[in-house]
Amino acid sequence: MAIEVNGKMYETDEEGYLANLNEWTKEIGEAMAVADNADLSESHWEVINFLREYYDEYQIAPAVRVLTKAIGKKFGKDKGNSKYLYELFPYGPAKQACKYAGLPKPTGCV
Amino acid sequence: MGMLHVVNKSPFEKTSLDSCLVYAKEGAAILLIEDAVYAALKDTAVADKVRAALKKCKVYALEPDIKARGMEVAKVIDGIDVVNYGGFVDLATAYDNVHSWV
Amino acid sequence: MEGGVVKKFLYVNRRAPYGSIYALESLEVVLIGAAFEQDVSLLFVDDGVYQLKKGQDTSGVEMKNFSPTYNALGDYDVNKIYVDQESLEKRNLTTDDLMALTYEDEDDDYAEKPSIRVISRDEVADLMEEQDVVLSF
Repeated sequence: MAIEVNGKMYETDEEGYLANLNEWTKEIGEAMAVADNADLSESHWEVINFLREYYDEYQIAPAVRVLTKAIGKKFGKDKGNSKYLYELFPYGPAKQACKYAGLPKPTGCV
Repeated sequence: MGMLHVVNKSPFEKTSLDSCLVYAKEGAAILLIEDAVYAALKDTAVADKVRAALKKCKVYALEPDIKARGMEVAKVIDGIDVVNYGGFVDLATAYDNVHSWV
Repeated sequence: MEGGVVKKFLYVNRRAPYGSIYALESLEVVLIGAAFEQDVSLLFVDDGVYQLKKGQDTSGVEMKNFSPTYNALGDYDVNKIYVDQESLEKRNLTTDDLMALTYEDEDDDYAEKPSIRVISRDEVADLMEEQDVVLSF
């Protein structure tokens, strides 16, 4: 599979995750969201950017439980809970946000 | 020239380096790659036998594999030559034949 | 997994990274196990101690450097990381050669504490006996 952004094709896996995370741009994330009928706000980007930073440091996408805890620590308790994160990303915060962030599907995510 | 022996298993897990040392003849070369680069480092439990091998053979270790494992080239046993992939190719062509101890 | 059964899992790591797939596979299984909130301990013996060596740089061998992921174990509440003393000594390594893995203790105002504990051969034997499940890689 592939996704087209600004006339360029980017390879993805069968679930739509970007094949090469170094190719990622903000525009690719936005195009993936449009394809899912999702509208990305500042709050969405807060989570997406956090995931990219986490991957950069640890070379993995965090599990939902770990993401929730870490978001709470960084952005405050009102954001560090599954209700808030599932409202932003109804398909599952780790799964959906990782896709827009160009990361592989998180380990342990079923 | 004689034979180039290539060893790729850790000397602490497998006996391929031991066997290689038994069979390597005077004038042969031993190239340590992948997990065998751990055998190239000073002051380990296997360092004595590697130093003994240096008396009859040339010993080489592959630098990218040393670095991948976070080990330091500065801690390689004196007398072992550290080579890169180009050096690996040069050795393979310089010796009459290659024996990979897998 | 609230209300689920929590078992004591020990993952025994005996092989060096990069030379085979075992180290990376073990790490992935550990992260999956931890995501299901099990009581996880890691043990590094024999060549497994090389997995924790600091300063790994795989840019020359075109493989993924997965050593930074060990630093995430604390986030997954995996904070019991045991290293066999004798295996270190045989390889001329000390704890200074290993990555300084830490976790935040929620019961102690999130104080950062070391996760790695160097233990003797006898302590390794006891550790194995205490477990519900022992998985070796």
